[in-house]
Amino acid sequence: MTDRGRLDIHDVDKSFYVDGAEVRALAGISLSVNAGEFVTIVGPSGCGKSTLLRLVAALDRADSGAVSFDGEPVTQPSLRRGVVFQDHRLFPWLNVEANVATGLLKANGTDAEKRATASRLIALVGLNGFEKAFPHQLSGGMAQRAAIARSLAAKPDILLLDEPLGALDSLTRGHMQTELLRVWQHEGTTMLMVTHDVSEAVYLSDRIVVMDRDPGRIREIVEVPFAKPRTRLDPAVAALTERIVDRLENTLA
Amino acid sequence: MIRPLARRRIDVRGIVVPLVLAALWVVASVTGHWDPHLLVPPAQLARGFIATLHNADFWIAAGSSLLRLLTGWLAGSVAGVALGLVVGCSALAEQIGAPSLNAVRQVALFAWIPLLTAWFGDGNTAEVILIALAAFFPAALNTETGCRNAPIALREVGRVLEFGPREILRRIIIPAAMPSIASGLQIALTSAWIGTIGAEYLIDQGNGLGVFLSSARMDNRMDVVLFCIVALGFIGFALSTALRLAFAAGTPAMALAAVDD
Repeated sequence: MTDRGRLDIHDVDKSFYVDGAEVRALAGISLSVNAGEFVTIVGPSGCGKSTLLRLVAALDRADSGAVSFDGEPVTQPSLRRGVVFQDHRLFPWLNVEANVATGLLKANGTDAEKRATASRLIALVGLNGFEKAFPHQLSGGMAQRAAIARSLAAKPDILLLDEPLGALDSLTRGHMQTELLRVWQHEGTTMLMVTHDVSEAVYLSDRIVVMDRDPGRIREIVEVPFAKPRTRLDPAVAALTERIVDRLENTLA
Repeated sequence: MIRPLARRRIDVRGIVVPLVLAALWVVASVTGHWDPHLLVPPAQLARGFIATLHNADFWIAAGSSLLRLLTGWLAGSVAGVALGLVVGCSALAEQIGAPSLNAVRQVALFAWIPLLTAWFGDGNTAEVILIALAAFFPAALNTETGCRNAPIALREVGRVLEFGPREILRRIIIPAAMPSIASGLQIALTSAWIGTIGAEYLIDQGNGLGVFLSSARMDNRMDVVLFCIVALGFIGFALSTALRLAFAAGTPAMALAAVDD
């Protein structure tokens, strides 16, 4: 575990205006994520979980409250806070190698070091042999793995994952969850992930933040005490998944 | 996984319409249903074609027109792409520049001739400027549209990767706009070729296919006129095909992406 990568969100509010009407996406959100921790956020659509991630990435700005990372206020995007979007967002005009390398454009290091890092990450996400392939030639899962490699390239202290596996079929998804766990164990990066999938959250996280909507707020934070790697068939894992799903369904009712 | 590049096949169906028209022409000429002065019979046309192909004046005219076209197209395209980038990337420049640009482009191209010839004289300068204008608008508008449509999602990736404004322009907006810029340059070439012949024909000075065409009309040589029309179509088609192939060769990734769409 590293000592870098601690996130503190304190009493954050964020509203949008849709046709002149105020939509309170987030109201009074406070959350801390420890260095090296894997935290997922689950909740119904429109509970502001993606908005929260965008605030941490500094792609949007909070109306009030504070986001700080390793004690410093978050004001603009930084390579220290990597982002993986739901759609892979690879540059379609660059091949896999060049896409991963864009993650290093503003990072320190010589060209040789950057090339070595890029090829190490391509291997880490299992894309050896596809260095020269363009995004449209890749399957959804492969493209998302390339996007993960790109976001890891500058060695971020936290990775913000916005439903990174949401667009994948269930088989690829299960495989990618294992990969994500492996990357997390290997790199020691703090992970903050938004997902719709409760069993994915239980499989991967140390803690699960359950959110509620109108306004977007934290309903509860659930500790997941089981050792990793976990199996979905483990009765304790299944029971916890069931409990959180019930909670979410009550939220919606 | 890796999908193969689809092959472009030549479709022979495109030849049907010209063949039918040619057949109608032969029938009309042979049966004497048409005044041979207005529509030359095939045999006379063939003689006229061969004579014109051997006429050095024709080749000098064609060379002059091509040179004029390329000069005007290059100048107009460079200016158009530059302005398109500025207006497409800066909200302020758009607010200031877009209304004027959209108003000026409504002016029919050849309406500029009186003004340009008054300013620059009846000659090559006015012609090249007119050609440049013909190329300018398609280049500018396509570049502007391409930049404006560069996906916000990819610009956000640039911000996350700590790209500055210049890197976002160079590494995200321009590559994303490239297909649109390329098609703008192709439309600009076609438009500039129309402008070239129009300007030469209307200003009617010096060498050029437009001038050659005009004097063939004066001499009532309809065989030569027809030959020129065919030659203009052929040259235009060859130029735009060459440009398309050049773009395709220059940007293999784009070509692949275009095939996939």
